[in-house]
Amino acid sequence: MKTARKKRLYLILLIVAGVGVAAALALNAFNQNLMFFYSPSEVSEGKAPAAHPFRLGGLVTEGSVTRLANGLTTRFEVTDMDKTVSIEYTGILPDLFREGQGIVAHGSLRDDGVFVADEVLAKHDENYMPPEVADALKKTHDEGVAAAAAKEGGS
Amino acid sequence: MIPELGQFALILALCMSLVLAVVPLAGTFVRMPAWVALARPLAWAQFVFLAISFAALVHAFLVDDFSVLYVASHGNTLLPTVYKVSAVWGAHEGSLLLWALILGGWTLAVSLYARHLPEVVLARVLSVMGMVAIGFLSFLLFTSNPFERVFPVPVEGGELNPLLQDPGLAIHPPMLYMGYVGLSVAFSFAIAALIGGRLDAAWARWSRPWTLVAWVFLTFGIVLGSWWAYNELGWGGWWFWDPVENASFMPWLAATALVHSLAVTEKRGAFKRWTVLLALLAFSLSLLGTFLVRSGVLTSVHAFASDPARGLFILLFLLAVIGGSLLLYAVRAPDISRGGGFASVSRETLLLGNNVLLVLMTALVLIGTLAPLLYDAMGWGKISVGFPWFNSMLVTFMPLMVLLMGIGPLTRWKQQEPGELLKRLRLALLISAGAGLAAALPMLGDSWALGLAVALSLWLVTTLLTGLRQRLRARGGVGGLWKDFAGRGGRSYYGMLLAHLGVAFFIMGITVATQFDIERDERMSPGQSVEMTGYTFRFDGVKVVQGPNYRSQLGTVQVTRDGKQVAVLHPEKRVYTVQRKPMTEAGVDAGFMRDLYVSLGEGLGNGDWSLRLYYKPLVRWIWFGGLLIAAGGLLAASDPRYRHLLQRHTASDSAGVLPAGGRA
Repeated sequence: MKTARKKRLYLILLIVAGVGVAAALALNAFNQNLMFFYSPSEVSEGKAPAAHPFRLGGLVTEGSVTRLANGLTTRFEVTDMDKTVSIEYTGILPDLFREGQGIVAHGSLRDDGVFVADEVLAKHDENYMPPEVADALKKTHDEGVAAAAAKEGGS
Repeated sequence: MIPELGQFALILALCMSLVLAVVPLAGTFVRMPAWVALARPLAWAQFVFLAISFAALVHAFLVDDFSVLYVASHGNTLLPTVYKVSAVWGAHEGSLLLWALILGGWTLAVSLYARHLPEVVLARVLSVMGMVAIGFLSFLLFTSNPFERVFPVPVEGGELNPLLQDPGLAIHPPMLYMGYVGLSVAFSFAIAALIGGRLDAAWARWSRPWTLVAWVFLTFGIVLGSWWAYNELGWGGWWFWDPVENASFMPWLAATALVHSLAVTEKRGAFKRWTVLLALLAFSLSLLGTFLVRSGVLTSVHAFASDPARGLFILLFLLAVIGGSLLLYAVRAPDISRGGGFASVSRETLLLGNNVLLVLMTALVLIGTLAPLLYDAMGWGKISVGFPWFNSMLVTFMPLMVLLMGIGPLTRWKQQEPGELLKRLRLALLISAGAGLAAALPMLGDSWALGLAVALSLWLVTTLLTGLRQRLRARGGVGGLWKDFAGRGGRSYYGMLLAHLGVAFFIMGITVATQFDIERDERMSPGQSVEMTGYTFRFDGVKVVQGPNYRSQLGTVQVTRDGKQVAVLHPEKRVYTVQRKPMTEAGVDAGFMRDLYVSLGEGLGNGDWSLRLYYKPLVRWIWFGGLLIAAGGLLAASDPRYRHLLQRHTASDSAGVLPAGGRA
């Protein structure tokens, strides 16, 4: 019976080793796939990575949406009521994309400071604000000048 | 008046569940048969009151009673009748009421169909289900009352979210809930067994068909959700690793592990503690899913506007359920006897591998889903986990799992001679490896991903056929098939066969659909054509059409191939009158081998539109595979051996639990 016990021990060791290796691989890959979120203010301050993709969110500035000549590239600005960042996106925008709407874009910064998005998300419930965007807005709100805060309060 | 009746019925249902949770359970300890016997009538009463309450809400929607706040926010006179009914579960309060109704339904079903259970066990199971009902019903009544009135009464309602006005989504939530809540049955069986201190093969056999049915509903619900997303979201995707999708996928993974582990416990009496833990885990993950969806803590397509009080309530409920059940487990686990021993090459070992992998995947999905919360709470920044990560996890572990999936059914319980097993697997190995290599070759498929998928799918198919051949040979050839099918254990086997075959289709589907799909965003003028993989898409312009409660811009796209018409697609852009929300309806030409998919972008002036065109090969196989998996589960659950258990109960007890023997 000793051998059976030994066999079982080996089996358990094998499983533990396997799971360990798998977990290590998974966590390593995990760190490389993390996507950080930055607000327009943070991007303007140069806090966002230059080479690595990240997510940028805010409200689409009223009157900023323009379509470039080829018809499929759209350029617009997002704001957190303090700073704005220009975004360029080629493709079809989601149904709920519109001026004044909170959106989250995924992509990276080009050398000229324009954020080139490969994905733009607008949420399906208009009353629903992506938490990151709501937070970013709240932050500027809190930090902002009292007068400006009073004017744009509750956004 | 009727809404008040509904609310009153809801309160009565809560009273019933309070009594159900306490009295029958107490009766089993103080030996009061009268108390124990209350369990069944109480299950009935609870269900009837819940049904009345639910009917009251449905009625309010049908007659457009906008004095009820929930109806005023989500109902509308213009809604087609079908969607008036489905609007009941279109938002938070109503979907919780549906949840509670389904829980009541499962409780009643257990009391009706589990007549063979010893009275004491049944009473305990129903009591535990009563406890779960208390949690949900008090949640409903105290934080999300669907019958709340509003004054002044609005003349028109706010309408159901247009996204949900789709036949697929009308039945998606009920299916999913049937699965989520169905797992509470497995949970209750496990808790009842822990309370009674009797965990044996009979217990596994009782809870197995219930778990299977819940798992089937969950599978079907997920497949429906994925199919709906594909048709409605307009970007051709069918799975986004969205937190809410993960919330349904995690219980599914855990339940899949449970279904397999229950098989070992039933057949061999082994893995008992593990099985119990899985039952607790699966239901806890269902609750976690509810928490994630309802509390609005995560960014998600599905998230509802949040209410912290609700989140807190569910969190506390979750803690009570997980904490309480783990505590009970900790107290009782040492008493659980060891099951039958097994050698290192045996079906038990392979199923153990399956369980380890499934639980590992569950853990990884959990990490990926909760990491953003953790990072935020710790102040490490706001993150999201990219879906390439989830995909790479799946690609890493899926092949291992499929490898085991092929070997498992061909391996004997308890001990398997490795040489004999290899001999049995040789042909399957040759065929699948050969075909996989061929598919990866530059002149044929030229894709390692395709090669891997072909190898894995064929591996499943060939090993399944090997097993089938072997089984039929032992039962007198193909002629024995029907008899085998009708007999005990037969449908379990064929159900497994079907479900595993579904996995083979699924693997081919996801691989080919993601590796070989073609996507084009085009600006098109009326009359203009675009060529894509031999198909010509001609855009014939957009016209305005009036729907019952929306205005639609209906596009027409003619698809031809070699001059012959293949399909006329009508992608739509709808604007719903009340909420002024735009909605995309894709135009899809479905086929077994490929889908052609067109969605409208936006008007660019002069009749020009931006269009998104897709060619998606084998995409149907994903859902077809999912349906096969669900069908397999259903077939297995209908196995005759789960019926008439009473007569065989004593016999199966001694047959199922083999003496621990020297190996343990």
